[in-house]
Amino acid sequence: MQRVTRSAVIDAPIERVWEVLRDFNSHDRWHPAVAESHIENGEAPDRVGCVRNFRLRDGVHIREQLIALSDTEHVSTYCILDATVPLQRYVATLQLKPVTDGNRTFWHWQSTFDTPPGREAELVDMVGRGVYEAGFEALRRHLRQGGDRQPRPAAAGITRGGEMTGQAVMLKAFGGSDQLSFDNIAVPAPGPREVRIRQAAAGVNYIDVYIAKGEYRMIEPPAPLGMEAAGTVIDVGSEVHDILPGDRVAYAYGKPGAYATLRTLPADQVVPVPSGIDAETAAAILFKGMTAEYLLHRTHTLRAGETILVHAAAGGVGTFLCQWGKHLGARVIGTVGSDEKARVARDNGCDVPIVSAGYRFADAVKAATHGRGVDVVFDGLGRSAERENYESLASTGHWISYGHATGALPPLDPGLQSAKSLRVSRPVLFHYTDDPVRLRAMAANVFAMLERGVLKVTLRHRFPLSAAAAALDALESRQTTGSIVLFT
Amino acid sequence: MIKVYTSSVIDASADAVWAHSRDFNGMPKWHPAIVESRIEGNWPSDRVGCIRNFQLRDGGTVREQLLTLSDYDYQCTYSILESPMGVDNYTSTLKLTPVTDGNRTFAEWSAEFDTPPGQERKLADSIGQGVFQTGFDSLKSYFGHR
Repeated sequence: MQRVTRSAVIDAPIERVWEVLRDFNSHDRWHPAVAESHIENGEAPDRVGCVRNFRLRDGVHIREQLIALSDTEHVSTYCILDATVPLQRYVATLQLKPVTDGNRTFWHWQSTFDTPPGREAELVDMVGRGVYEAGFEALRRHLRQGGDRQPRPAAAGITRGGEMTGQAVMLKAFGGSDQLSFDNIAVPAPGPREVRIRQAAAGVNYIDVYIAKGEYRMIEPPAPLGMEAAGTVIDVGSEVHDILPGDRVAYAYGKPGAYATLRTLPADQVVPVPSGIDAETAAAILFKGMTAEYLLHRTHTLRAGETILVHAAAGGVGTFLCQWGKHLGARVIGTVGSDEKARVARDNGCDVPIVSAGYRFADAVKAATHGRGVDVVFDGLGRSAERENYESLASTGHWISYGHATGALPPLDPGLQSAKSLRVSRPVLFHYTDDPVRLRAMAANVFAMLERGVLKVTLRHRFPLSAAAAALDALESRQTTGSIVLFT
Repeated sequence: MIKVYTSSVIDASADAVWAHSRDFNGMPKWHPAIVESRIEGNWPSDRVGCIRNFQLRDGGTVREQLLTLSDYDYQCTYSILESPMGVDNYTSTLKLTPVTDGNRTFAEWSAEFDTPPGQERKLADSIGQGVFQTGFDSLKSYFGHR
């Protein structure tokens, strides 16, 4: 009996390698020796017992049967039923194991068989070198080129000169959610510095409501909505070297259009998503998480012992500011609209939740700080809370206006500012994310905090992409807590 | 029951890595967390059933019993009899497999154990990273500087 064993390390996560190899009929797409293959009787290629019928480039014709398949052990075992080459009683087992040190894959491929006398060396070489070793190299190339992420050539003809057809949520005219439609869009092949993404999920943010209403003139209808999404890279431009087809990525990008199944956008606005974080979580956290990141680390460098005021402390950014601010050692005071939301805020690290009506909270803030006021106000409210925020701030405090839920904050009276030596900032996320190096650092910080359990995402509200209007209504009703995502 | 799995690739043949790591009494030679080891009862260190008694660099004594030693599969399985770590029913396996492509070694180190509630994450980290990955890093650096 002959035994052939070959093994290799593939520079890709095991999930990705297994996705190719578990498909018993994938070999004509990646193995150069295989010219054509089909599964007999139209059976599924992961049905144990199915038979693949294939022809090698040198004319050899082989029928092989799948006799074991394990998604937990990453094992596929198969045997030859008939072949025009004398491999007798051939049984092969292919197994993958994760290399946790570097997120790679160990691939072990072994077979036993008999041969006619005198042909041992020739057939052992054909299997070991011609099939297994050539297969390792071919699969590496296949993954590098993103071949596993492209539809089968015979699949629905969605490509046309590199252009693909996707679906997107379009804003027909400025207004409410009734102005949304779900339409086909043409998604161009990526330019030299662009990537094209198959999106799995998009995050829903207040800014989407403002944009739909025309309060932020960031689009001219008809145009697609949405600031953030996560998915998998389909293809990349010729000058993109740090992102590969098949990579899992996310973005929070200044140009709307994230409510879509496919999207092409600048590669330097895309960040990698760690393997432990799923697409919906990534889409739900990036925009709001990076907002909390720059507010706490860049606009202001929060220090332990400082007292901060967070509005909408049970909302998207508010929850993250509470969780992260508390982690950094701050005392967190938050405003919320109901007792239920006060509970949510407290669960997320808010030391003093204030249930306020009509944006009246300064007295309660003063009471909670022995009359001193807070060191930092994270102001997402704007106009209607101007006076109360001013009253809430301690001398030499920092007023950070990053959102305008009640309308734009007017310019602050210089007399008022100097009366307390206040610092005033009016930051915008996309000015921080314009720099790709800083963007990646911010995203990495957010994902690390998520993996460490400092940031927690509650995905209580999931809507199909085609139901984006209902998602925006839910957000605007202020009845939601936690994050809202659309899935494709 | 918690399972910890750590794996790595070492740039040397499995024969060479096994020769350097198979001695059940030889951990101080290649693992930086372990400073001193002896086999109880003066048994040979490749006698299945023998107990190694060793000191951790940061203090504490561990007693471990050899359950399986396979020079054919490059595999060693052992259980913890006593340790300061707070684990019960702990068994662990170190296994090497040749990588024919490049004559390297695929090394796997896994463990299964019980632990008091709340300690799972901390112990999984300290064993998977602190013990196993640290050991692999040390082997990688040893064979990287052949």
